[in-house]
Order: sequence, then structure tokens, then C-alpha cells
Amino acid sequence: MTGDGAPLLAGRGLHKSFGWTPALRGVDIAVAEGEVLAVMGPSGSGKSTLLHCLAGILTPDGGEVTFDGRRVDRMPDHQRSRLRRSEFGFVFQFGQLVPELPVRENIAFPLMLGGKGRRAALAEAAKWMPRLGLEEVADRLPGEISGGQGQRVAVARALVAGPRVIFADEPTGSLDSVAADQVMELLVATAKGEGASIVLVTHEPRVAAYADRQVTVRDGQTVSPAVLW
Amino acid sequence: MTVSYALLGLLNEADRHGYDLKQSYDRRFGAARPLRFGQVYRTLAQLERDGLISVIGVEQGAGPDRKRYSITDDGVTDLARWLSEPEDPQPQLQTVLFTKVVLALLSGQPAEAFLEAQRQRHLTVMRDLTAARRTASLRDGMLIDYQLFHIEADLRWIDHAAGRLDTLAADIEL
Repeated sequence: MTGDGAPLLAGRGLHKSFGWTPALRGVDIAVAEGEVLAVMGPSGSGKSTLLHCLAGILTPDGGEVTFDGRRVDRMPDHQRSRLRRSEFGFVFQFGQLVPELPVRENIAFPLMLGGKGRRAALAEAAKWMPRLGLEEVADRLPGEISGGQGQRVAVARALVAGPRVIFADEPTGSLDSVAADQVMELLVATAKGEGASIVLVTHEPRVAAYADRQVTVRDGQTVSPAVLW
Repeated sequence: MTVSYALLGLLNEADRHGYDLKQSYDRRFGAARPLRFGQVYRTLAQLERDGLISVIGVEQGAGPDRKRYSITDDGVTDLARWLSEPEDPQPQLQTVLFTKVVLALLSGQPAEAFLEAQRQRHLTVMRDLTAARRTASLRDGMLIDYQLFHIEADLRWIDHAAGRLDTLAADIEL
């Protein structure tokens, strides 16, 4: 919770449909400052749609998303883009690194997008490489490194601009269990070190176990054992 | 069973007193469940009766911890055989969960709620184990990993069962 007791990021009564198919049917969710929250659920449950709504990538059909007291769902596009660049970081399963850029430039990329000069951005990126064990692959292209290294690059890139929330959607989905553990250890440790919250979408219990708290989405709604009883 | 082979394996490494055996066992295998001395000496007596170990010396003084044990040729052979034999998987917990689900359905209790509560319990234990692993030695971490994978397997069954409760309910009424 932030100082005044309000969550840093919250969705209330979220509805979202694609055509006639409802993906979210009234989801309530809240993430405290510095909290790691896992959103679990089978494929097709709506958990990725929920992440996209919270991150301002999708606009919900109903309900509201607030970040730090601001209504994300009501922001105009340019404001939401700025929010995503400056306050949010993203780690996806794959396809997020620029294949033509070496590792160090991939990490620096969000800073340059945010208007920082190339030299300063690369210097900032260089600080992240030892923290994620990436010094040796700094000059390689994404296609020349392992899946686990690639996800560590993605973690560095998500954190480099000092975001307050990291959105991670199946960040270990394509990795073996040893590499997945490494990525999760580093993701959680570095985010906690920076005081950032994480919204972690996963269908894997072992990955969700890194979170401080877990919620389950099923058929577009959050499942609560208390409600079921 | 496993304990007697663990002791046999430790004696295969070096001759030892009962007290040494307990210490070695606890250090290597017993993070969660250290051996009791009584159990060590009972197991050693059984292994000796079976001809798998022998007493190679008794020091001055009283008490069972004065004996020094050594593995016999038969013991070496038996240990190698045990190591090379695959174990049958033991889905014990799953059997309990399965029984509870069936009984819940038969007695009109909310099986879905029961499964969700069980799911939460499993997730909580996984979270605690994952946190404990962060500061554990590699060896203890590997033991924790073993538990995590097993709990994960239970969870997959729980999710699977939750998705099939309707058909299961129809099936067990037959």
C-alpha cells in the first residue's frame, strides 16, 4: 500500500469483451507499492487481458483502472504512452528484444525512447549488466544468446528507466526450470531492490510462488475461496 | 527402507561409529528430519543381522556407540542393486485428495470449494518453500526443489479435477 493506504495500482469492476466473447467479467484487483502479485489462471481465463488493461495497453469496456490516484482508463493515448514509458516496465514471453541491436543497446533502448542521449543511456544500461550477469554478452545480438540470457536482458530493459510497476506476462514461458528460476530470482530481487511492484501473469505455480500474493482468474473473474464457501 | 540404504551408503564411503553415522546422515539428508539415535542403532543391528555390515572393532567402555562398523561385500552388492532399481512413483497425497473429492461429491459437499481451498494451501506452501530456498545451501535447495515439483504436480491434478467435477459427479453416482 502507498502511504495513504491506497493501492498503487488497482482495477475495479473491469469488463472487457472481444466481439461477443467476454474476457473480463467484473474483475477487482489491487497491487500495493513494492508488492509482487501473481495473477494465475488457465489459458483463456482472461489473465493477460487483465494485465493489458492494468498497463493501459487495452481500454476496458467498463470499470476503472487507477495508478497512483490517476485514472489510466480515461487518459488520452499520448498520456498513456508516456505513462507506460516512464512508470511501467514490461517483460513478455518472447519477441520483445530488437533483433538488430546488441544486448547493451537493447537495455538502453527505453531510455533513448524517453529522450535520453545515446551515451548517457548506454552508461546507464552498463550499470544493469553485472546485476543480471550479462557483462559477457553485452555486445552480442539477441539471436546469439540463450533464452534465459534473453529474458535477463528483458528484465534489465524493463527496469532501466526506473519504473514503479513491472508487468511480466509468462516471463519464463519458454525457459527450462533452471533458467526460469534464475530469471525469477533476478526479476524479483532487482524489482524489490528498486522498490518496484510486479504484476506477474503466469499459469505455472512454481513461478507464481515467487510472488508475495497470488490471485486466480477463471472465466474472466477473480476466484476467491471465501466467496466459494 | 531408505534410511538403511543411506546408512549402508555412508559406510560404503568409510568405516564409521554409530554416532558418526547419525551426524553424517543429518548433515547430508536430514535437514527436515534428523535421525534419532534409537533408529540408527536399530537399523545397524538389522543390517548386521542381514550380513550387510559387520562390526570391525569395539572401543573401551560401554554403550552401542563404541562399535565401529564396516560394509561387507554383500552390503556393497545390495547397495548397488538398490541404487540401480527404479522406484515406483508414490502418489499418496493424490489418493487422499481423490478420496476427499469423491466423498465431497457423494455427500453433497462443495467439492469445488474444497479443491480451491486445497489449491490455496498448496500455493502458500510453495511460496514459503520458494522463499526458504533463497537463503538455503545448494543441497537444501535441491531438496526444496524436489518438494516444489511434487506440490506442483498435485496442483496440476487439482486444477484438472476442478475442471472435470461435473462429469466426475455423474460418473461416481453410477
